[in-house]
Amino acid sequence: MHELGIVKHVIKTLHEVADENNVRRIGSVTLEVGEVSGVVLDQLVDCWNYFREKDDLVKGAPLFVERVPAVTYCTACEKEYGTVAHGKTCPHCGSTETYLLRGNEFSIKQIEAEVNEGS
Amino acid sequence: MIKVIELKRTVTDSNDRDAETLRRELRDRDIFLINLMSAPGSGKTTLLSRTITDLMGRAKIGVMEADIASDVDAIKIRSLGAESIQVHTDGMCHMDAGMTRDGLAGLGDQLQIVFLENIGNLICPAEFDTGAHKNVMILSVPEGDDKPLKYPLMFQKCDALIITKTDATPYFDFDLALATERALALNPAIKVFPVSAKTGEGMPAWEGWLLDEWEKQKHA
Repeated sequence: MHELGIVKHVIKTLHEVADENNVRRIGSVTLEVGEVSGVVLDQLVDCWNYFREKDDLVKGAPLFVERVPAVTYCTACEKEYGTVAHGKTCPHCGSTETYLLRGNEFSIKQIEAEVNEGS
Repeated sequence: MIKVIELKRTVTDSNDRDAETLRRELRDRDIFLINLMSAPGSGKTTLLSRTITDLMGRAKIGVMEADIASDVDAIKIRSLGAESIQVHTDGMCHMDAGMTRDGLAGLGDQLQIVFLENIGNLICPAEFDTGAHKNVMILSVPEGDDKPLKYPLMFQKCDALIITKTDATPYFDFDLALATERALALNPAIKVFPVSAKTGEGMPAWEGWLLDEWEKQKHA
């Protein structure tokens, strides 16, 4: 299961961020997930809810997800179109000389954190 | 005090850094690591067995077998006289750099070429850098020539594509030219090697590429 591994990586990264920023506890985590990143959101949240209880840094912290719509650019007619509806073939001119502009991101956008005094 | 910290860090960020470190360390130790990926049943172990036998005496080869369970593959490889270690991922669908490092620690220190036989899966292993110097994937003739369309990321990430079981071509509707064209459309730099590990056809081209890339790393 892919999402299980992803959550482990997210939590590992959060620990690094916590060390760098003197964070005691994390209150919430916001992810940015592209429409064609291949991540199943329901499973991601289930895995998160399971793992957060095993880790004092993120215990009880809700996971928020912002979806980024996938957009493809056509180099032949220089127009953009929705990737999910049309795939690699441009609906304007029929060319397949296209590339993904956005929609495959998967990043930790921000966290709400309780920071130790004096920092 | 509560504050909001903006991160904008990709989820695979920490793994990417671990992978970069591992890649550098292995190069310093003169170990050439190949991450071999494919669907289950594509013939990874058969291809490796043939490659090990063919290159016996030219390179000291080791294999790290990653599976969710069992050690049948590791036993098969060991019977050929190569070193092998079985890694279990405890249900995880891919190997990451940390797991690869742990697995390598269990192999001998005198190896020159190490294959990581990743979990049989065309999706997840493509997303996690293992620290390998080259990524190689297998597509077998029975799987069909449409796989580049269905699993584009895997084809984009790999340096070489080995098309296995070409001896079975008469029994399947597999169009080699079309499969190659589809792979090159996703990744113009990918090297394509049609082989039959059973008859040996095409094996010298793949093995030649492997040895060339190994040479290049030694002089890098």
